[in-house]
Amino acid sequence: MMSAAKYAKSVVILAAIAVLSVAHAAGQATAIPTTRLINPEELVKLLHTYGKEKPLMIQVGSHVLFSQAHIPGSEYIGPASTESGVQQLRKRVESLPRTKFIVLYCGCCPWGRCPNVKPADDTLRALGFTNVKVLYIADNFGTNWVDKGYPVAKGE
Amino acid sequence: MLLVAVAIIGAGAAIYLMRHHESSQAQTSSSANPMAPDFTLPQLDGRDLRLSSYRGKLVLLDFWASWCAPCREETPHLIELQNKYGDRGLQIIGVSMDDSPDPARAFYQQFHMNYPVAMGNAKTGELYGGVLGLPIAFLIKRDGRIYAKHIGATDPAVFDKEIATLLQAP
Repeated sequence: MMSAAKYAKSVVILAAIAVLSVAHAAGQATAIPTTRLINPEELVKLLHTYGKEKPLMIQVGSHVLFSQAHIPGSEYIGPASTESGVQQLRKRVESLPRTKFIVLYCGCCPWGRCPNVKPADDTLRALGFTNVKVLYIADNFGTNWVDKGYPVAKGE
Repeated sequence: MLLVAVAIIGAGAAIYLMRHHESSQAQTSSSANPMAPDFTLPQLDGRDLRLSSYRGKLVLLDFWASWCAPCREETPHLIELQNKYGDRGLQIIGVSMDDSPDPARAFYQQFHMNYPVAMGNAKTGELYGGVLGLPIAFLIKRDGRIYAKHIGATDPAVFDKEIATLLQAP
């Protein structure tokens, strides 16, 4: 029979694990509410629809990946998992109206492992932007955008 | 007490699923195995690395980056494979898709990588059909032809089996 002290210690340890697990999940793209996501199909449709407001599209991942293929018209800012990337993002949007329609994307890794989109989304929310969507890329940009035949641009 | 246990189990399951739901997509070449495109890239130590100089070896060409979480998990397994099969003809080559060498070099040192790492670029990625997600690995046979392409983190047992099989082939 476990003593009360040992029992309490076990509960504290297990509770700490639970808290850390939640915190870990909170830093992941999976913590972005689905209401803030846009699917590739939806974005393509929007980009092709005459009269619809076109978003400012910002890639917040790898430059080498951006150079190989990116959404036409999108801008490269830098990996938002880095401080310099976040600073570049802030600098890019600081003069924009807070109602500006912005789409963030990365596509480096499977959605749950992307280190970039959540920090970027958090940054824009903290700056007061109210019309931001994050492009949901389940596997990677190649599989979920390029291989689907969606519009692609190369280079800078 | 029961609620705490359920919460912990649920959190653990979520973490497990998050880490393991992405499975490697293996594409094994058919009889028309294409030649692996040759390239020359700078290594972290400044020397050039030319892929074709490894003809005669079984090459596992791994595209990765220091910020890529699945890559960080995969690297220790690649190190083990190099240790296990290196004297039988396996050569793992890492191609970093980091935007600069510094983070790649820090990663190399942190993980005590035991195989050469070269700095990749967009042109190299395009040679290999577009490296538009990481990690991506190619198994290249001794004759320089691509045997398999693995998209995403790969179960080390899959690599081990393929490597063991290919090393037995002439």
